[in-house]
Amino acid sequence: MSQIKRLSTPLSDADVEGLRSGDRVLLSGTIYTGRDAAHKRIVAAMAAGQAPPFDPRGAVIFYVGPSPAPPGRVIGAAGPTTSYRMDAYAPTLIEAGLKAMIGKGGRGPAVKQAMQKHKAVYLAAIGGAGALMAHCIKAAEVIAYDDLGPEAVRRLEVAEMPLFVVNDVYGGDLYEEGRAAYQKK
Amino acid sequence: MSDLRVIDVGQISRELARLCGEAGLILPDDVSRAFASAMQSEPSPVGREVLQVLIDNARLAAEERLPICQDCGLAVVFVDVGQDVHLVGGDLAEAVNAGVRQGYQEHYLRKSVCHPFSRANTGDNTPCVVHTRIVPGDKVRLSLLPKGGGSENMSRVLLLTPAQGLEGVKKAVLEAVLHAGPNPCPPIILGVAVGGTFDDAAVRAKRVFLRHLGSQNPDPEAAALEAELLAMVNDTGIGPAGLGGGTTCLGVFVDIAPCHIASLPVAINVQCHAARHKEAVL
Repeated sequence: MSQIKRLSTPLSDADVEGLRSGDRVLLSGTIYTGRDAAHKRIVAAMAAGQAPPFDPRGAVIFYVGPSPAPPGRVIGAAGPTTSYRMDAYAPTLIEAGLKAMIGKGGRGPAVKQAMQKHKAVYLAAIGGAGALMAHCIKAAEVIAYDDLGPEAVRRLEVAEMPLFVVNDVYGGDLYEEGRAAYQKK
Repeated sequence: MSDLRVIDVGQISRELARLCGEAGLILPDDVSRAFASAMQSEPSPVGREVLQVLIDNARLAAEERLPICQDCGLAVVFVDVGQDVHLVGGDLAEAVNAGVRQGYQEHYLRKSVCHPFSRANTGDNTPCVVHTRIVPGDKVRLSLLPKGGGSENMSRVLLLTPAQGLEGVKKAVLEAVLHAGPNPCPPIILGVAVGGTFDDAAVRAKRVFLRHLGSQNPDPEAAALEAELLAMVNDTGIGPAGLGGGTTCLGVFVDIAPCHIASLPVAINVQCHAARHKEAVL
């Protein structure tokens, strides 16, 4: 039986070592958003020796492009986007100290290896549940690449964001394990 | 000529703007019913938990006027224009784009359209994709399908050889679903068009999403294939959100058309569970 674990950012090696694929996580604290175009710029900046828009050490990045905040709200709908599109960039951020990625869908071998080597985890949010996830987000502020619109990098304050551990630091993969359990024939 | 009905394209813009908001915020009834039905049959506790999240999400979106999903889609618009209609007041395609532009702005929907290389966002979710047909009658039917990128990316068009036949089509669908895995936000809905040409199959594989979940194809051959593909895909175990289970797919819509003697085109359009589709008739 999987467990529910409460985590607060920034995350330590010990935090991620305590997680196993299949665990449920309630995540609180500061996290950052970034998706396709933002990742391209962040990694290009790092390659050029410039500082990324946030300190990757102990950080959590959420692959999301939220819908615009209606009046009186801090953010619009905010569910995860498909993660494999960030696979080209993720190992660079993991090497720089990133501890967790939040998205949906499977990751490639290079990202899985980097997670095991540098102690990071991949957490799945329920794809499409954008209205429900917006309730966990208490504050949002664009901190870089405003011109990218929904793809800008935002700093979010989240409270008890419900997530599933997909890839742990031990090679576990909930997508493979879950599917194997219910595959027929 | 005296029987022509005059419709101002401004009406089309206004109606589409309204449909954009309705589609973005309100999950269609057929999808809600499919979620409820899947809750009864889903064997995985985690799968049922995911389905409950999707049911709660749809309720919250409607109550709080938030989009069901942050990916409010690229608007695909099917316009069936009656041949006894005279459109006035401007360019039809521009009127459709104007409606989408207005709808996405007014209802705080995400603008997800960009240049393919620079990735610069156009800022207003246009241009949208418009498919226009001339049909009998004096009405204009507008059908809006806002399509998310995650599921669209898992779609395929294949040109099989005639020798690959029906078995080849089934294999192609299974391969597409296995390759997609958890990426397109399962439980998915599949549009499968067989026959026609390369371009025609792709459009038909999308147009089938105007059908309602639970409806059966009137063609018995297509209906049988729908049932077989649905069972096959649900046996993969991918499950809700890809976390394992028996509900990988809520429905398969098949469309079969004649093709060239040398060809066997197959288009597989993958639709996520946020299966937004709205229609209006003017």
